[in-house]
Amino acid sequence: MAEKTKDLLFGPIFDNNPIALQILGICSALAVTSNLSTTVTMCIALTLVTAFSNFFVSTVRNVIPSSIRIIVQMTIIASLVIVVDQFLKAYAYSISKQLSVFVGLIITNCIVMGRAEAFAMKNAPIPSFMDGVGNGLGYSVLLLTLGFVRELFGAGSLFGIQVLPTTADGGWYATNGLLLLPPSAFFLIGFFIWAVRAWKPEQVEEDDFKMKPHSRVSDAF
Amino acid sequence: MFEHYVSLFVRAVFVENMALAFFLGMCTFIAISKKIGTAIGLGIAVIVVQTITVPVNNLILHYLLNEGALSWTGIDALANLDLRFLGLLSYIGVIAAIVQILEMTLDKYVPSLYNALGIFLPLITVNCAILGASLFMVERDYNLGESVVYGIGAGTGWALAITLLAGIREKLKYSDVPDGLKGLGITFITVGLMSLGFMSFSGVQL
Repeated sequence: MAEKTKDLLFGPIFDNNPIALQILGICSALAVTSNLSTTVTMCIALTLVTAFSNFFVSTVRNVIPSSIRIIVQMTIIASLVIVVDQFLKAYAYSISKQLSVFVGLIITNCIVMGRAEAFAMKNAPIPSFMDGVGNGLGYSVLLLTLGFVRELFGAGSLFGIQVLPTTADGGWYATNGLLLLPPSAFFLIGFFIWAVRAWKPEQVEEDDFKMKPHSRVSDAF
Repeated sequence: MFEHYVSLFVRAVFVENMALAFFLGMCTFIAISKKIGTAIGLGIAVIVVQTITVPVNNLILHYLLNEGALSWTGIDALANLDLRFLGLLSYIGVIAAIVQILEMTLDKYVPSLYNALGIFLPLITVNCAILGASLFMVERDYNLGESVVYGIGAGTGWALAITLLAGIREKLKYSDVPDGLKGLGITFITVGLMSLGFMSFSGVQL
């Protein structure tokens, strides 16, 4: 049991990362990572929502008629997201303003829906809860890496605290403004995927067809 | 007045492109952009759904959820009700219902289009671009006319982006990409470059 729980929790971090391998939940990964405090808030929110939606969906999985299961899952997820949204508005208003529509968009985040459908509908509540936490962690690892790189090199700060003295304030670090712009997140995710796949070659995708090697000069005659 | 709508439309398509500036609907954007044909089909479906759901959600907000919105019922107890916290639940419900209705209507009256769209139509319910457009509509306080234009514009922008990406990916199949970047990795980098291109629109003053 202990071994299985460990698999559920840590498997999704590198072996089966929701973003890098399952192509789920990319939307928010890109938009909220330009500084670390919004990134951390988003990670916590998503991990909680995934874990609890998995738990509740799994609790009622035997009484949901399969024809309306999507609507039922949607309702559970939407209710949880409303709780998170209201909580953020009450206790962290400025961050909630920065995240703007992206908290609401957790509802349509494919990780939540995908795990509810693929795991929670077939497993008992406690393992489902663990699976939710695990996938939330997988998402968080990637987001935190992105947020760290983007804020450190883009603005020279971490969590809004200046780490590298920028040239604008008389220091030595010339900020790389590109990293604060949205497209940089795409490049960084691309490189992250490259790094993970270089480390774990079994994740490399198969070619649709084989490329023929270049013909030698002697073949031409 | 007309100018205002045109500028809103152009802004929604190019400057605030749903896919390339706000990264909405990325999962479908990356997963279903391998062939131009399917990408165009999905793009059209998104435009249609977007054009209907944004105005409908606008009506829901103004006649049901907003503070004091229920005063048209004439019942005093309802006049001061603020139901905005139910927003997320109602919008996603409206979207799911409209997609379902659209699916049944198409199946009955335009079966050819229904067959062409196939699985993509139900998938649109969980496309963040659709819910995102409704949430932006709420955040920016659009009126009914503006929300119609914004819905069409947001849908068109997304459709344009996915068609372009599908075109690039069809060519990309024939290039020699490093092992670890194959498939997903190189797609991300391509999208990043496209997104940089679209950023050049951000200086456009309308």
